[in-house]
Amino acid sequence: MGAVIAFDHVELRFGERVVVAGLSGALPAGSLTAVTGPNGAGKSTLLRAIAGLHPVAAGRIERGSLHRADIALLAQGSHLDRSFPITCLDVVALAVTRLGPFRAVGRDRIGQARAALARVGLEGFEGRQIKALSSGQFQRVLFARTILQDARLILLDEPFTAVDAPTQRLLLSVIQDWHAQGRTVVAVLHDPEIVRQHFPHVLSLSGGRAEWDPVPDLQAA
Amino acid sequence: MRDFLLDPFALGFMRRALAGCLALSVAAPPLGVFLVLRRMSLMSDVLQHGVLPGIAVGAICAGLSVWAMGLGGVVAGLAVAIIAGWLARRTGGKEDSQLAGMYLLALAAGVALISTQRGIDLTHLLFGNVLAVDDAALLGMAGVATVTLPVLALIWRPLVLESLDPGFMAATAGQGGVWHLAFLALVVLCVVSGFVALGTLMSVGLMMLPAIAARHWSDSLAGQVRVAVALACLSSWGGLVASYNFDIPAGPAIVLTAGGLWLGSLLCGRRGSLWQQAMPSA
Repeated sequence: MGAVIAFDHVELRFGERVVVAGLSGALPAGSLTAVTGPNGAGKSTLLRAIAGLHPVAAGRIERGSLHRADIALLAQGSHLDRSFPITCLDVVALAVTRLGPFRAVGRDRIGQARAALARVGLEGFEGRQIKALSSGQFQRVLFARTILQDARLILLDEPFTAVDAPTQRLLLSVIQDWHAQGRTVVAVLHDPEIVRQHFPHVLSLSGGRAEWDPVPDLQAA
Repeated sequence: MRDFLLDPFALGFMRRALAGCLALSVAAPPLGVFLVLRRMSLMSDVLQHGVLPGIAVGAICAGLSVWAMGLGGVVAGLAVAIIAGWLARRTGGKEDSQLAGMYLLALAAGVALISTQRGIDLTHLLFGNVLAVDDAALLGMAGVATVTLPVLALIWRPLVLESLDPGFMAATAGQGGVWHLAFLALVVLCVVSGFVALGTLMSVGLMMLPAIAARHWSDSLAGQVRVAVALACLSSWGGLVASYNFDIPAGPAIVLTAGGLWLGSLLCGRRGSLWQQAMPSA
């Protein structure tokens, strides 16, 4: 199994502070990895660096054949403006980034957006304005948008913050779908029980140090 | 009453002013809706003051030519937009005092430059003069509207995405800066094109007030744009009627009409109006 992402002595800084130092290893293709660690350990920074949105201070992150459109990042507490007058369906349909800015969003893509909303249990919410959603429903909309991005590598930053237990189960099942489809998924998580039950690979960050469990086979990578 | 409402438009210059203002009423309010949604209302202030020194320099170089003054205004407006964007990025968009500093400086510089020129009436430049809407000014307003609408349609989706979720835009499609800049260029064009009829200080009013009022009538972006355009057309017509009958400059008359419609919307609109808040069950 090849790697989609390989880290070679990666150092990441947040401002002047070094948050991750000497990270080496790989994310095997199709793997399901949890990133854990205390607040400020650099988990979000690592995700942003993998997505190419945060500079690497030293070392390299190898992305192989992955292009920007192949990577989906669901940021924590997304910067999305919740007061914007837009419906759930439009938020999801706007994710058709492979279209480029100008090509029309066709009927089949609107159909895909409807199906994605149905997958996260939001059937009938298509025409609902996003400002009328609860935080759990809103997170489901963001998951539906991520489904439509059809990415090979999916990065989720604390995806279960502010969602209730049924929503968390539903979103976990979406993550398992992605895993079954052979996509590589990396999620920043806090709950050790969820990590133990659902995530075969774990990367723990703490005090600048990184530990893999299991240790990735760098030869195979 | 009929005479009061229709008589003004028996005159050629009033018809020209109305045609120009209606063109602007179709083009500018959609931009205003985006400015409001992007929380950039202050930016429109900066731009309206920022174009003034450019218009003054245009007048100094080429006399009272609408094209020279317009070109100067556009160049100055774009420069101000770029500098303000850079200042906002440098401070993470949190620092608006520098924007306020910029527009005060631009207004003072513009007024000082114009005062050196004889034959330019500062009041007309700042607050508009419908008598001055000649063919060139009308062509300018109609031309800007003709350019603005298709360009806005073309950049609509990236602009919506960049306004809604800049982080997602940056992650999936690269920086949204180019759409932002194209959008600001349209705003500058609309502000400058309205300066002859409405004055530099008032032409933003036709862009912003209908957009702010429209929030009280619709929950959807397209709905707000439609309402804003309708309110702007109504303001143009009502304002010109008032300007003619009460002998007040066209710019303030149109902006006062638009302001009245905004206050009316705030009081009794369908969404988040004071009337609704007073009667939650209604």
